[in-house]
Amino acid sequence: MDRIAKLNREGLRTDIPVFAPGDTLKVMVRVREGDKERLQAFEGVCVGRRGGGINENFTVRKVSASIGVERIFPLHSPTIATIEVTRRGQVRRAKLYYLARLSGKSARIKEKRDK
Amino acid sequence: MTTGIIGRKLGMTRVFAEDGTAVPVTVIEAGPCQVVQVRMADVQLGFGVKRPIRTTKAELGHAKKAGLDAAPHVIRTFQVAGDAPAAGSTVTVQMFAPGELVKVTGTSKGRGFQGVVHRHGFAGGPASHGNTRHRKPGSISPGTDPSRVIKGKKMPGHQGARRHTELGLRVVRIDSERNLLFVRGAVPGSKNGIVMVAKQGGPSRHD
Repeated sequence: MDRIAKLNREGLRTDIPVFAPGDTLKVMVRVREGDKERLQAFEGVCVGRRGGGINENFTVRKVSASIGVERIFPLHSPTIATIEVTRRGQVRRAKLYYLARLSGKSARIKEKRDK
Repeated sequence: MTTGIIGRKLGMTRVFAEDGTAVPVTVIEAGPCQVVQVRMADVQLGFGVKRPIRTTKAELGHAKKAGLDAAPHVIRTFQVAGDAPAAGSTVTVQMFAPGELVKVTGTSKGRGFQGVVHRHGFAGGPASHGNTRHRKPGSISPGTDPSRVIKGKKMPGHQGARRHTELGLRVVRIDSERNLLFVRGAVPGSKNGIVMVAKQGGPSRHD
């Protein structure tokens, strides 16, 4: 057994919800200001997930004041307080890079329906 | 106390600091090492167990003198800091503390016979426009005077598989239960390679 892989599993967080590209997420980020700590929400569409194990990242895209902002989070980072899935999206791609080209009505994502 | 310990490089991973920064670390299984022999200014440490079929009688006798049952897989010599430990005692990762600076010595990965671009970082020539000096070293010296090539000229040859010491690595974490040492940054050699970890004073290049 690869001992590094075993060690990596210990660093993994267990409180990460199941989410996929296309889902709308509300990521609560721990922000340090001086010696105070507060939570900041970053809410947007998950554009993709990348890497595996402790090296997994995910990208969240939101449109803030008509400017698109993409932020990449390490999935197992302690700076993330919570991740909340607010909406499940129906998409046909693993990476939603095409969203950057679109705006307005065409940038919407269909909601996933349970079969 | 010895200044160092013998270990086995397990590989690299990342750990998250409390403020969320990802720290790249090399995990080393360091020790436990048995003190095989105490000499004037240094101490012989042994790591692992050598199979009996691979052990010579001389090695076994040397180990028995220290009160060990089997000869160690590797023996390395370290200098002593403070009181010398007794033969037969063990040295563990607990000799290190998080935040300390260490230097790690090992045999670097062998790269085989390499050209001058890979081995010494020469720029090489243009790729096209009729050029043929793609990865060649170019001129190695002036001509008639001095009629020789100065010693130490960087040329193609075997790269890697040499003893290398990486200085100024910071200890991030120790796990004394599993004898693991987490060191910030890369360490010479392949996975499962034998390395020596020793304490170091002075500043770090890696922070």
